[in-house]
Amino acid sequence: MSWYTKAIEEKKPQKKALWIKCKGCGSHIWESEWSDNMSVCPNCNYHCSMTAHQRINLIFDKGSFRELFDNISPVDSLNFTDLKGSYKDKIEANKKKSGISEAVITGHGKIKGFDLVTAIMDFRFLGGSLGSGTGEKILQAANFAYDYGLPYIVFSASGGARMQEGVLSLMQMAKTCAGVARLNKKNIPFISVLLNPTTGGVTASYAMMGDLNIAEPGAVIGFAGRRVIEQTIGEKLPEDFQTAEYLLEHGFIDSIVQRKDMKDYLANVLSYYNR
Amino acid sequence: MVVATGVKVLDRAKKQRSSLNKKARQVSAWDIVKISRHPQRPILQDYIQRVFTNFVELHGDRAFGDDTAIIGGFAQIGNQKVMLIGHNKGKNTTEHIERNFGMAKPEGYRKALRLMKLAQRFNLPIITIIDTPGAFPGLEAEERGQAESIARNITEMANIEVPIISMVIGEGGSGGALGIGVGDRILMLSNAIYSVISPEGCASILWRDAKFAPDAAEALKITAHALLKNDIIDEIIEEPAEGAHADYEKIAADVKRSLIRNLRSLSDISVYELLEQRFEKYAAMGKFAVD
Repeated sequence: MSWYTKAIEEKKPQKKALWIKCKGCGSHIWESEWSDNMSVCPNCNYHCSMTAHQRINLIFDKGSFRELFDNISPVDSLNFTDLKGSYKDKIEANKKKSGISEAVITGHGKIKGFDLVTAIMDFRFLGGSLGSGTGEKILQAANFAYDYGLPYIVFSASGGARMQEGVLSLMQMAKTCAGVARLNKKNIPFISVLLNPTTGGVTASYAMMGDLNIAEPGAVIGFAGRRVIEQTIGEKLPEDFQTAEYLLEHGFIDSIVQRKDMKDYLANVLSYYNR
Repeated sequence: MVVATGVKVLDRAKKQRSSLNKKARQVSAWDIVKISRHPQRPILQDYIQRVFTNFVELHGDRAFGDDTAIIGGFAQIGNQKVMLIGHNKGKNTTEHIERNFGMAKPEGYRKALRLMKLAQRFNLPIITIIDTPGAFPGLEAEERGQAESIARNITEMANIEVPIISMVIGEGGSGGALGIGVGDRILMLSNAIYSVISPEGCASILWRDAKFAPDAAEALKITAHALLKNDIIDEIIEEPAEGAHADYEKIAADVKRSLIRNLRSLSDISVYELLEQRFEKYAAMGKFAVD
């Protein structure tokens, strides 16, 4: 039956999708147009999520990015098993699926010639959740910025703390903020860029602690989940609740910046760092 | 691959751990959750009456209001003057509602931070008492920056230049607990819990049904003994077998002794050393793989 197996195998290589359906307005966009537009819908300006590597290519000067602390990855220290299986298996599956070994990529690079240290979260890896490895990388990058006196920019996209690591994950909030506190003390700028979505423990730690908090349009940013709040207050929440626009209105972020303008914006504010 | 871990563990904690390993623990995590939420369990105001003297309550965040879910002020323990800050759940239904079941809003966390900075100015050590199901998940809390207020406390507590001792006496509910819980010593009553998410919340997400809360409680390793083993807390104050509510006077005396001993152990430390040690303590938290 070798002909049969072969026939199936030949069918396997999938053609790249020609059309992308926008999650915002549902319209179909040419794949090429979609990627030319940095995964932003040309119709409704919906900012679709990007991988950490896509963002590095978008923001950093060509060839300037050097990855740091990529030897860190999660372990299932609590032997956590839920209905769908063990955390250990989830880690392996997520590594395979995303090609990265933690929910954040850390490194240093240049934005229009400005040297800086960065941590870029990737929502594909366990929902960008903050685990021990994630926290360690974010702190190590902060320490690197501290040692070299370089500005630190964190791009957050996360569902919050990583439940499968129990309180160890909660403590990563304190751990990462301890790094931010040291930067504050040494007057090193820390810029937080909040992407869709940034919620829970990540919002309640470093993501809200930027000297500048910047967000992409429409990003969902909040502490408690929408459903939980609706249950608590027993009514429907306004449509724009917990969006970047809502937070701007309430004074928690400095600016909403379009993806296409992000690099220029960051370079411009970095140019004001006069030390 | 090595599994990296950290936290300098106090000698006492080490000793405690080895003695606990000998004792087989029979009680389930869910039993402990129930004890930690027991309606008769002593709360902050019971300890204020028994452990502290001369409590001078201070109110307000100077920006929006006074959140009664977190209270604080000057207090004395033995001969030592301190700043005392903690969640107060209330004792009965009226008080529960008045104090929002110990679920603080941004103004509560901002009041706590104001008092911590006041403690620094007065050079008083800080004692924070944790007992909350979590930060309040409501519309007005989000509107006024629940996330920002907790984030700011966690960050600024790293730089507060006086010793901070945190004690979990009941429920340590996630960010709502951590918002006043970054300290040089983390102490816990033996039937208290400390968790990243409530067992019910975790069960409804990962088990798709809140009725699996006992399983989630077990998996999350939220008991004092599990947390000591995972190098999160420094010391456990043992309660009577039935729980702290069985003997208010005894638990208060044990809490007082522990607080005084820990205050003493931090009294001769320079500010520089204190902050370095605090940083190292948190930098070492977590377990991950290094290739």
